[in-house]
Amino acid sequence: MNKIVANADEALKDVMDNATIMLGGFGLCGIPENSIAALVKKGVKGLTCISNNAGVDDFGIGLMLKTRQVKKMISSYVGENAEFERQLLSGELEVELIPQGTLATRCLAAGYGMPAIFTPAGVGTEVAIGKETRKFMVDGAEKEFLMEMAFDADFAIVKAWKGDAHGNLIFRETARNFNPMMAMAGKITIAEVEELVPAGELDPDQIHTPGIYVHRIFKGEKYEKRIEQRTVRKK
Amino acid sequence: MLDKVGIAKRIAKEIKDGYYVNLGIGIPTLVANYIPMGMNVVLQSENGLLGMGPFPFEGEEDADLINAGKQTITTVPGSSFFDSAMSFGMIRSRKVDLTILGAMEVADNGDIANWKIPGKMVKGMGGAMDLVASAKNIIVAMQHVNKANESKLLTQCTLPLTGVKCVKKIVTELAVLDVTPEGFKLLERAPGISVEQIKNATEGKLIIEGEIPEMKIE
Repeated sequence: MNKIVANADEALKDVMDNATIMLGGFGLCGIPENSIAALVKKGVKGLTCISNNAGVDDFGIGLMLKTRQVKKMISSYVGENAEFERQLLSGELEVELIPQGTLATRCLAAGYGMPAIFTPAGVGTEVAIGKETRKFMVDGAEKEFLMEMAFDADFAIVKAWKGDAHGNLIFRETARNFNPMMAMAGKITIAEVEELVPAGELDPDQIHTPGIYVHRIFKGEKYEKRIEQRTVRKK
Repeated sequence: MLDKVGIAKRIAKEIKDGYYVNLGIGIPTLVANYIPMGMNVVLQSENGLLGMGPFPFEGEEDADLINAGKQTITTVPGSSFFDSAMSFGMIRSRKVDLTILGAMEVADNGDIANWKIPGKMVKGMGGAMDLVASAKNIIVAMQHVNKANESKLLTQCTLPLTGVKCVKKIVTELAVLDVTPEGFKLLERAPGISVEQIKNATEGKLIIEGEIPEMKIE
């Protein structure tokens, strides 16, 4: 069982135009930055990207927006990106905004082999338009839920802190975020890691994502790990 | 009239020992600074942390450790990390005791609008729709009136909704109000504000019973 590939280019070799890809991360935290750089270099176009955010102008998914590689974004919040706003207002880019918990749970459903979930998020709002609803008893009262479908993604591209040859992954701090669910949800899952070790070196009790969900793994060439909002206090 | 810090200080008085609390971006974030010393409160950050601490000291920022506002933060003893699905799982299953968030409009039936202004760039709802749909107790920190002096406490929201019939309490620069089945119930006045001023600033149904005390803020 060896899922190690040499680099991002090899890991992404069969990502074609018009693919649907999931990209892990929250803001710029825990994003697969080496894979994004490789996708920009590869120049694949017409991508549908499922990711909580859309990066900033010159980092993260923002880099793929600049090169007009993204046809559609499915996100919960896309605030910090002027190029994104320009493309959205000019109609070049399609955007589907969905609640953050719905986004996470639609990934989870895909990884757990469940076709749909029921969530109260968005009931009575424009998010509910055209969606099937169903009432369930919750705490002794009837409550309405929306049916939301599991995602169907060609690729999931995630970033972990440590990984091994079997594809087992360990995440660090809040860089975990959407990465474990997306890792479970891709038809092909590609993981880039800061530290890649032989099988047996990671403690099985500490594994967040079992390697069965991961198809290819590589050590990221370099990590900038840019901070979006540097907030500090004086010593 | 209260400033932002005053609103945050007043909301902090609603927090009880042993609470798990989710704080939204803006004024709600400030509330963390005014939780009484010695009170055991765990702050949830929906990007995957229970036990959020203050900003790091200069030079100790960690790119892997941020809050839902993407700010660098720290953890406190007893904290834990988890993924986004579990984060919203604990929100949906009502483990989080209190959610504090901002709003552009609230209606007297508890409807809230805080994510979209038609005609303006829409940034997204983030976790707000999940939070308001599930939280057992929601306090809103907001301005009572807009810049044109029009009420933001309405009979019906004019902006696209974030959630329906969910807000329990509102703290504004003018007043503290409960959202009841009958409408907004005035509980307290901000220092120097009269009941008449609150009446004039509230378009939705306002219930005033007896003497309304002035709020006490240190």
